[in-house]
Amino acid sequence: MAGALIRMATDPRSQAAAGPRAAPVLKATGHRPVLQGARCSGCSVTVYPADDACPRCGGPADPVALQGTGTLWTWTVQRYEPKSPPYEPPPGGFEPFALGYVELADDVRVAAVLDVDDLDDVRIGMALSVTAGPGVPRARPTTLSEEGS
Amino acid sequence: MSSDVLICGAGRTPFGRSEATGRQLALAAVNAALTDAGIEWSRVRAAFGGSDSAGLADTLVAQLGLTGLPFVNVKNGCATGGSALVSAVNAIRSGMADVVLAVGFDKHPRGAFDPRPEDWGLGAEYGSDGLMVTTQFFGMKIQRYMHDHGITPRTLALVAEKAYRNGGLTPEAWRREPLSAAEILASGMVSDPLTRYMFCSPGAGAAALVLCSPEAARAMDGPPVTLRSAVVRTRRFGSFEVFSPWIPGGELTSVSRDVSAAAFEEAGLGPGDVDVCQLQDTESGAEVMHLAECGFCEDGEQERLVASGATGIGGTLPVNTDGGCIANGEPIGASGLRQVYEVVQQLRGRAGDRQVPDRPRIGFTHVYGAPGVSACTVLSR
Repeated sequence: MAGALIRMATDPRSQAAAGPRAAPVLKATGHRPVLQGARCSGCSVTVYPADDACPRCGGPADPVALQGTGTLWTWTVQRYEPKSPPYEPPPGGFEPFALGYVELADDVRVAAVLDVDDLDDVRIGMALSVTAGPGVPRARPTTLSEEGS
Repeated sequence: MSSDVLICGAGRTPFGRSEATGRQLALAAVNAALTDAGIEWSRVRAAFGGSDSAGLADTLVAQLGLTGLPFVNVKNGCATGGSALVSAVNAIRSGMADVVLAVGFDKHPRGAFDPRPEDWGLGAEYGSDGLMVTTQFFGMKIQRYMHDHGITPRTLALVAEKAYRNGGLTPEAWRREPLSAAEILASGMVSDPLTRYMFCSPGAGAAALVLCSPEAARAMDGPPVTLRSAVVRTRRFGSFEVFSPWIPGGELTSVSRDVSAAAFEEAGLGPGDVDVCQLQDTESGAEVMHLAECGFCEDGEQERLVASGATGIGGTLPVNTDGGCIANGEPIGASGLRQVYEVVQQLRGRAGDRQVPDRPRIGFTHVYGAPGVSACTVLSR
């Protein structure tokens, strides 16, 4: 265990995760960064995060910006503090948080942390807006103005 | 159809926490299987086995005897036992050996399983943001299934209640205290909708089998059980697995569905023929979903089946008669062979207080693990 601790602390990726990152997969659309995935030209499979090859046919996949809105496909709540490392609790300490898969129009379901005011409000099918990092994708309930845009 | 393979000996250790090392547990299981078959170690002509994190199986020859036999280490996650079994079957069918050992063992500390994102090809943020937690996957898979097919939290609790009840009837089980559905529901949410007592825990244990050609079996003690098929597979595109940053849209595929169908086809039997079965129950939701994925019912039918007691001992389809992973814990390398051990006891009529009535004839086992690997067997007496 001690070895694992030391390894994680000196892993450059671990340090990068702790600080603000220049996220190469992000592209700004308006003021909100969108998820950057990839799509296979052969079989239309969309993947996230972007990858060079299609996991179904092995053919080349091209970068594509994913739709920023979708619906919640499934969810759970992380009720206890995950083990550190690799978990890095926020400055205020661990609080239970919701996570789930957001079904986007690109025929892909993306794992995201759900930023909701009340964990009891989480429902399959709820409309969500997903944005890219830093960190993993995050989703929050879609506002009326976003629905119209 | 290839020639029959018979199981002539089966052994297991108690599961749970243990002072013994994983290798010591493995030796105890191997010796129990040899005794059950009524043979000496020197009669074994080939061996396959492994553990996920308790050492190399082939080093057991130092204690079992340096007979010079081929001993192949198997390391295949949750399918380690199943893969060792398939290898043993193929060794017999190919004519490589007529008496073959399969052994699986493990020993995990409390709260084991510390996945690191880089080992799974994921960015460090999946770890630092708290998504490298296995229970999340189990919660999210059954959450969607309950939404689609009308399964209630009470059904999840009843599955665990049965597991502890059956564990109480199994001397080697770890969790032997009965728990009511109400206690299970109130045991604290871990990953919604799954509560603490709906999950299995990492633990220690070992199981071993002696497999034989029909000719070799004739010289052995005890009633043999026929292994009608043993199949292991990995996932196809479109399945939902642990630690996935994304999953494709549309209908999901299932490695459990694929491998169970292949096992039934090879055996020339169907789910309706099965009298007793073992299904991977990492948590309650897994047993519910695997009932349908392995063909034992339609999606959603579990709500009625479980409530009616159909999956209990004495029901129309007894599932996890030894308490499964929930009551035995999960020593990764051992679980698949524990399942076969249990079905062998049931088919021989030697399962004691947990014996399924009316002399079951056909049994089935199913093990599943990350990231999308599964092994199934069909057995008959």
